[in-house]
Amino acid sequence: MAELPNRQEQVSLDTFLRGLWQENPVFVMLLGMCPVLAVTNSAINALAMGLASTFVLVASNSLISLLRNFIPKQVRIATYIIIIATFVTMVDYAIQAISLELYNALGAFIQLIVVNCMILGRAEAYASKQRLWPTIINGLGIGAGFTFALLCLGVVREILGAGELFGFALFGDSFQPWVVMILPPGGFFVLGAWLLIFAWFRQRREQAQARVEEQQQETVYER
Amino acid sequence: MSQADNLAPPPVETTPSFNMLRTLGLVATISGLLVVLSFRVTEPMIEQNKREAIERALFRLVPDAVSRRDFIASDNRIQPAGEGIDGEKLYAGYGQDGKLKGIALEAAAPGYQDVIRILYAYDPYCQCIRGFEVLKMAETPGIGDKIIKDPAFLMNFEALQARPNADGSGLEQAIVPVKHGTKTQPWQIDAISGATISSNAIARMLNDKSQLMSPLIQRNLALLENGA
Ligand SMILES: Cc1cc2nc3c(=O)[nH]c(=O)nc-3n(C[C@H](O)[C@H](O)[C@H](O)COP(=O)(O)O)c2cc1C
Repeated sequence: MAELPNRQEQVSLDTFLRGLWQENPVFVMLLGMCPVLAVTNSAINALAMGLASTFVLVASNSLISLLRNFIPKQVRIATYIIIIATFVTMVDYAIQAISLELYNALGAFIQLIVVNCMILGRAEAYASKQRLWPTIINGLGIGAGFTFALLCLGVVREILGAGELFGFALFGDSFQPWVVMILPPGGFFVLGAWLLIFAWFRQRREQAQARVEEQQQETVYER
Repeated sequence: MSQADNLAPPPVETTPSFNMLRTLGLVATISGLLVVLSFRVTEPMIEQNKREAIERALFRLVPDAVSRRDFIASDNRIQPAGEGIDGEKLYAGYGQDGKLKGIALEAAAPGYQDVIRILYAYDPYCQCIRGFEVLKMAETPGIGDKIIKDPAFLMNFEALQARPNADGSGLEQAIVPVKHGTKTQPWQIDAISGATISSNAIARMLNDKSQLMSPLIQRNLALLENGA
């Protein structure tokens, strides 16, 4: 990761944007694959899971950041897990209070946010070293990147697999949905396709950058 | 700094046991407070959601009903629901005229992916099942979920016979699934071709529950009728 241990990060736009693109938890770091594949069979499930994970990420990491000088490293994992489990339980109750239908659709994956390595990873790599404010901004960025990635999968899978988007039918009755897309194999297909697109974009950008540097060096030589 | 200081081994960092206990204790306390607080805040809303879900399902299953009362079946008898009585829940629906229109009961059995839980309507006057609503299922979209969409399959439940036998020990005729297109009797369920497992699950849970509950309901009909 970019930051050195114990160096305090100054909050900037990059603190937030990194999570969306350069350090996108799904497309770049490949973290939290279990919910990414399991609950992206519809856009609304993807959105709900993304927001729930973002809340747990930001809330738990904020508390960890506040307590960071107070947590001896021998008991840090136990402490982080208690804190994360607490906020997951709160989200679990909140979703049941909002909509039982949504709760049933997300099934056990709400409780499984406890073991999402994106959250524990952020706690260990970032929140345990940074002040509260950068932790909140960075957590929101990572959460937004996670939600964005889940939506990328959920939207494509719902359109292809059910011919709907957020539950609204998009095509006429003649549309024959491609059901495999909302089944588990479809999750792997769509994730693979998105990873391919992301890798291709990254490669093109790196090549363009390399060309620019080459040209700069040539101008230096010409002088 | 002198030379000697630089050569000395770095001091070993020790954390007193008290500090570890203090942190874990504090975090556990915060955790406990937050969890109990959010449980207390959301509990009434969750209860309300559950009630509404049952109510919506009941009024869809028993369209003539405008009000409902809950009963509990336990130890081979039925009594009005109340605090501290455990057992099988029955939801009786009553019409505008206060007459009993139908009774909704829960049933469950393992399907293709996971347990399917339904609420089904029993009509004590025709002694038949009048439809069901899925409360929870994870059947394969496009295959197993036809049990709630396939019009031919739903036709089975216009009046599926669930009549108790003479001595009230079970059903006169067990509810059984049959291969698609071979239904000849009112207690048979015409299975969906290609989704036999899900269809069988519905048949099994209806049969198991009706074997117990249909005779019990018929025996306690007077109590249920006077419920409103
Ligand atoms: C990926 C997959 C998912 C399936 N899901 C279901 C299901 O949800 N419900 C079901 O009854 N059968 C399901 N089946 C089909 C069953 O395995 C079985 O073939 C079918 O129920 C038999 O129906 P038939 O006797 O009419 O041929 C599924 C099959 C596959 C390959």
